Amino acid sequence: MTRKIRIAHLSCGSEYSGIQKEIENAVASVNAELVYPEVDTDTIKDAVSEWGLEVASPDLQLMIARAKSIVDGGFPVDAVFITTCFRCAEGAITRSELRRYIHERANLPVISYSFTERTSAGTLLTRMEALVTTALRRTLLAREKQTGLTAGIDSGSTTTKAVVMRDNEIIGVGWVETTEVLKSAELAYATALKMARVDESEIQALGTTGYGRLLIGEEMKAALVQEELTVNSKGAVYLAEKQKGPATVIDIGGMDNKAISVIDGIPGGFTMGGICAGASGRFLDMTARRLGVDISELGPLASKGDHNRLTMNSYCYVFGTQSLVNALSLGASKEDVASAACYSVAEQVFEQQLQELEIVAPVIMVGGTSLISGLVEAMQDVLRMSVVVPRYSQYIGAVGSALLASGFIE
Amino acid sequence: MAKILIFPSNSLILSDLVARFGHEPLTLMRVIRKKITEVGIDSPPINVTPEDPKKGLKYAAVDVPSGVRGRMALLDPLIEEAEAAIIVHEADYSFGCMGCARTNELVKYIVRNKDIPRLELAYPTNDDEARVFVRKIRDFCESLTHKAEVLA
Repeated sequence: MTRKIRIAHLSCGSEYSGIQKEIENAVASVNAELVYPEVDTDTIKDAVSEWGLEVASPDLQLMIARAKSIVDGGFPVDAVFITTCFRCAEGAITRSELRRYIHERANLPVISYSFTERTSAGTLLTRMEALVTTALRRTLLAREKQTGLTAGIDSGSTTTKAVVMRDNEIIGVGWVETTEVLKSAELAYATALKMARVDESEIQALGTTGYGRLLIGEEMKAALVQEELTVNSKGAVYLAEKQKGPATVIDIGGMDNKAISVIDGIPGGFTMGGICAGASGRFLDMTARRLGVDISELGPLASKGDHNRLTMNSYCYVFGTQSLVNALSLGASKEDVASAACYSVAEQVFEQQLQELEIVAPVIMVGGTSLISGLVEAMQDVLRMSVVVPRYSQYIGAVGSALLASGFIE
Repeated sequence: MAKILIFPSNSLILSDLVARFGHEPLTLMRVIRKKITEVGIDSPPINVTPEDPKKGLKYAAVDVPSGVRGRMALLDPLIEEAEAAIIVHEADYSFGCMGCARTNELVKYIVRNKDIPRLELAYPTNDDEARVFVRKIRDFCESLTHKAEVLA
């Protein structure tokens, strides 16, 4: 039996929001346990003073003392989970700085989350899986080349993608809209196998990722069933040929977004947003439909427009839709509306997620939305950095799965 | 005997002083004890459930962090029952500690706006201050006893 991963929980009091059990359930489901660094109350004030952030809340002060105890090596853990209340400024500042501090000083995987009373174990599961994988599977994640004949399936909320790889080359791809999870996976997989001219029985190892990974993984007897944060990190640096050193991966998905700081292909810090679809690919999908164009045409259309000619704020999906409808009713051009929609999504991702990460070059955009050129341009404008979109970027999860699955070939 | 809300509400020393001087301390431990012995709720460690932050809406709007509202829900019975209050400022962790500064600000504000006798004092930093500290609490408690006797 494998040992349980020790996750230090630094929190300002999630038990007072009634969600401690949800956190524990999520942690238990990835064979980990929460642990709490013991600190002497006499040392808390000194620890806070030494760390330098003057926070008023004693529970935040305790978090700081606990973090210092971990960094100083006084309390061995495998990973750290930092939580504070959503909408608390003091908590957000402490959370963000502690995350950076632990990641830099202790070289431990860290994730942070701002909770409400509605936070559920399901919401936390992907994050916990990524945290545990990063802590446990460093050897697997160090794999830089795909070997043998493997396949990967990425079951996303909007589309399902599949790839077949042989000896470090992509030889087949499949892409279908997600309807029934399993059927969509089978169809995408069959398309990729057909293109690769390979029979399913020849595949030496299959990896699955995305929302439907567990179901598909079980049905198709996958060697690797992995959440998308880990897989996308690996896939992104592999496709962009940036496997060494730091990188930032941005994946604006159909239902939520991932922003990942990667070092040597291993996710360091990451944020996973999903509070409102206004900041996701879903908003762009709706925009395309409202403009009467195919989603593939939205990018070029946006490139011709000027987002400055109208105001659009998709902080909320409904408000964003309202401003889109208003703009059209006032005679705004399709190009400007497309541009404003792309810019708004890029701004939301920047404001809600990227602020928490240290954005370092190369910035790699992946996922289906990376094919929307207007969105990539908007992201470059918002970040004031150039963005790399590698070939096959839309298959990122499937490629990452196939690559990592090759580590399971006997 | 008066019901005295103490702050920090989990201070064993303050609770003990109030009890020694003949009154009933209203403490967080009492509320949590009730919570964790309640049948049918399984939300460790203190049995606060997502329903509690909703109860906290009595004191703070939905845009106030859930941790503040959850704590307010716990403190609500103490605030409701309080006939007097003793608030100690800048207390040492070992004396008693309420974890969230925003909650603490709100609790003190609410208590100050209740029409009840109130004693606010600084946490002592040496033996002399400690003696004055205890004397002030004793005098306050005695004044409440005296008041109760006069009313009787």
